[in-house]
Amino acid sequence: MDAEALVTVLREALPAPVEPTPSLDRQPTIYVSAGTLEQAALTLRDRSDLQFSVLVELTAADFWPREPRFEVIYLLLSPAHRLRLRMKVRLAADAAHVPTVSGVWRAANWLEREVWDLFGIVFDGHPDPRRLLMPEDWEGFPLRKDYPVQINLRVRTTEPTQVTEEEFRANLVADRLARKP
Amino acid sequence: MGLESEIPVLTTTVEKMVQWARRSSIWPVTFGLACCAIEMMAMSCSRYDIARFGAEVFRGSPRQSDLMIVAGRLSRKMAPALRRIYDQMPEPKWVISMGACASIGGVFDNYALVQGVDQVVPVDVYVPGCPPRPESLIYGIVQLQRKIAQQKLA
Repeated sequence: MDAEALVTVLREALPAPVEPTPSLDRQPTIYVSAGTLEQAALTLRDRSDLQFSVLVELTAADFWPREPRFEVIYLLLSPAHRLRLRMKVRLAADAAHVPTVSGVWRAANWLEREVWDLFGIVFDGHPDPRRLLMPEDWEGFPLRKDYPVQINLRVRTTEPTQVTEEEFRANLVADRLARKP
Repeated sequence: MGLESEIPVLTTTVEKMVQWARRSSIWPVTFGLACCAIEMMAMSCSRYDIARFGAEVFRGSPRQSDLMIVAGRLSRKMAPALRRIYDQMPEPKWVISMGACASIGGVFDNYALVQGVDQVVPVDVYVPGCPPRPESLIYGIVQLQRKIAQQKLA
């Protein structure tokens, strides 16, 4: 199946609107809306003539000050049919959230955490929505175009407390009891 | 010092002996953070052979070390770990800041990196270079040995 044939199949298979854009490589690019993303992802993975079972990469791009500001980009691979596909979702700055696809492709879990960490795009329904790369108490999203990149904050030399005081004391007591002969 | 009788004895002060002992067997803790660490490893291997200067015993545990060579760029997220390793080292202890990134942030003038490890730990010797050649780092260690040789006990 070549790129045009794939686009034809996608037009028929995916919920509207699919907006394919021409590309020079044999890897078509389609835009889907955030609302239909989950359904589109399931179709792409499960339909027998598509079988995009591998999420190669999930990333985002910030086109500030253009609107819609963000694009979330999914690079998909179908080993069964030797197909590749770019799927993009456009997001406005004031509605920067998409449904998670970590239930469809498990690889999406950490990739979505990375995109949340660096772009501040919320993935609704994500099982573990923590920062991945930056410290957990970091403020701001560094890969946004309006982020002050050369900001020089005070260096923290201590880590945030990872257990509460009650947990710490309970552990201490349990530890002492365990050591008693 | 003098050889005054038939008995072969050298006399010296406690201070000089302690300084000699400290500077002659520096045990670095392995703290390679980036490409500088490759040069640090080269320095400790056979070609450059830091054993000639008595500092070849790299330890994986800070509790057995008295020198920390910060080799590479230090990210802000890593800073608490670096400080903790430093705090775990027994006194007396020294720090070499190896390379441009560790010393002033290098080319990485951004939010993610500490602009100089002297914001986190006290640094004794800065070794310039990007990365410094093993000879530079050896020179830095020799400079540190000179510094140790002049440290008073009290």
